[in-house]
Amino acid sequence: MSTADAPLPPALRTRITDLAQAEHRPRAASVSALTMVQDHFGWVSDAHLAETASLLGMSPADLDGIATYFNLIFRRPVGRHVILLCDSVSCWIMGRDAVCARLQARLGIRPGETTADGAVTLLPIVCLGHCDHAPAMLVDRTLHGDLNAETAEQLADTLRAPTP
Amino acid sequence: MTISDRPLTAMIGLPDGPPDCAAYGRAGGWQAVRRTLRDMTPDAVIDMVTASKLRGRGGAGFGTGQKWSFVPKDPAATRRKYLIANADEMEPGTFKDRMLLEGNPLQLIEGMIIAGYAIQAGHGVIFLRGEYHLALERLNRAIAEARQVGWLGENILGSGFGFEIHVHASGGRYICGEETALLTALEGRRAQPRSKPPFPQVGGLWGAPSVVNNVETLCNLPHIVTNGAEWFVSLGLGPDSGTKLYGVSGRVRRPGAWELPMGTPLREIVEDHAGGMRDGYRLRALLPGGASTAFLDVGQIDIPMDYGAVEKAGSRLGTGLAILLDDRTCPVGMLHNLEHFFAQESCGWCTPCRDGLPWVERLLNAIENGTGEPEDLDRLHDHARMLGPMGRTFCAHAPGAMAPLASGLKLFREDFDAHIRQRACPLRHAA
Repeated sequence: MSTADAPLPPALRTRITDLAQAEHRPRAASVSALTMVQDHFGWVSDAHLAETASLLGMSPADLDGIATYFNLIFRRPVGRHVILLCDSVSCWIMGRDAVCARLQARLGIRPGETTADGAVTLLPIVCLGHCDHAPAMLVDRTLHGDLNAETAEQLADTLRAPTP
Repeated sequence: MTISDRPLTAMIGLPDGPPDCAAYGRAGGWQAVRRTLRDMTPDAVIDMVTASKLRGRGGAGFGTGQKWSFVPKDPAATRRKYLIANADEMEPGTFKDRMLLEGNPLQLIEGMIIAGYAIQAGHGVIFLRGEYHLALERLNRAIAEARQVGWLGENILGSGFGFEIHVHASGGRYICGEETALLTALEGRRAQPRSKPPFPQVGGLWGAPSVVNNVETLCNLPHIVTNGAEWFVSLGLGPDSGTKLYGVSGRVRRPGAWELPMGTPLREIVEDHAGGMRDGYRLRALLPGGASTAFLDVGQIDIPMDYGAVEKAGSRLGTGLAILLDDRTCPVGMLHNLEHFFAQESCGWCTPCRDGLPWVERLLNAIENGTGEPEDLDRLHDHARMLGPMGRTFCAHAPGAMAPLASGLKLFREDFDAHIRQRACPLRHAA
């Protein structure tokens, strides 16, 4: 059984249930619950979506409508690290296309894809609010600015380095 | 500049990071919430904020006191009400609320307590965009400390007024910044806008009276209560009161954001604060307040950045953070980038927006890449004409998308023609 089919760990189920009960209506916890599942597994599989939906008293289709609506909920597997490279206007003016091209060449993937070793997923993202340091990207939870092709490439290399 | 000249950012950028409750108090914080809860009635707070002429800093510029005045006045205990901080800063080119959230979260909390008291709401929600990880961490820490010290919870300062705040980290969609879509998102549904009426102040979150205020708007409240409405009015250089976080991104020497008097001339912001254009670049045009504001030409740079003056110049103050187009960046390419954003972020609920914006994006892509035809310009004008005015689509998303397009078609007519004539982007090949 792959992790995508494994049941949610009991502690995570409890956290989701507690959150749902604290809300005015359980469904208000939808995005937070999906985020918790994703923080644990990296993405939200069909099985985990269905299990989360049942904890919130919703149908899987109802919850999937919310999951697929939002940019930051992943319904497909991603790498161990996710690069969110801003594609909005200030970063575009300041050269984000060149940064993206170098990342694509170095990682051997296009935006939306994951490296074969499962290390890195490259995704475009809307304005990260770091326009005074454009071009910018978010690597997992860390914001990086004033990028150029070289610095972005160096950052990507550190993500692929074997963990000691 | 003294502290009272830039109240919003006085405590931001300190070497030790954002102040804790004690440091915030030593620097003048908590005075306003003390005065509010001890000496003022809710109506007196609304009157003071109305007299201060504070207008919404999220982009629309609606009078804050007036917005609050639509909330039904009945005792807090009889009805659930909500005060919501709109911290879903997703307007491209805008990075001011992040500064306030990360730099001094207690200032927002104090502002929210004051606003909550004014409308007699016991529940506060901060709707935060999901990408703002550092802001989330600092907000949660600040809320926990404020609760521990007694600034949040039941019966604050023995006033009988209770207020709680929790943070909602969004899953990320631009339309959530629209207040009714934000409410829908908080209810755990696809975040599509709602029709008005009912307005949120009457029937908002879960049908309860709700006020949605921008972060910067709320951060002004402690200073208005502490220093008075007249002081706040006196801060502005022209008809609008207070200070404003202005900013600049693009090919300037020092991109950034600065708290300046409301009505500061655009030229001063671009040339003095942002240091002017980098060597080898000339300013051509700019979006004065985010992606959804119309282009201003370089010749309009002497206008003051207040709501009325920017509107008279044909655009909107918006968020007050300008995006600069230089002479070596292709305006057609810039418009293509902008319309890609708006097409992607359309919620898909109404047809003209869902189908129209991707059509605009494809036309711009074709022109930028040398396969555009002269008729394509007519189609772009059609969209600008039909989607531009408010009321043709369900919400303001499509009119926002058409603002840079309609103004860009006029300002950059020669660039469009050159792309179509040469069947290539002249600037891309020159670069």
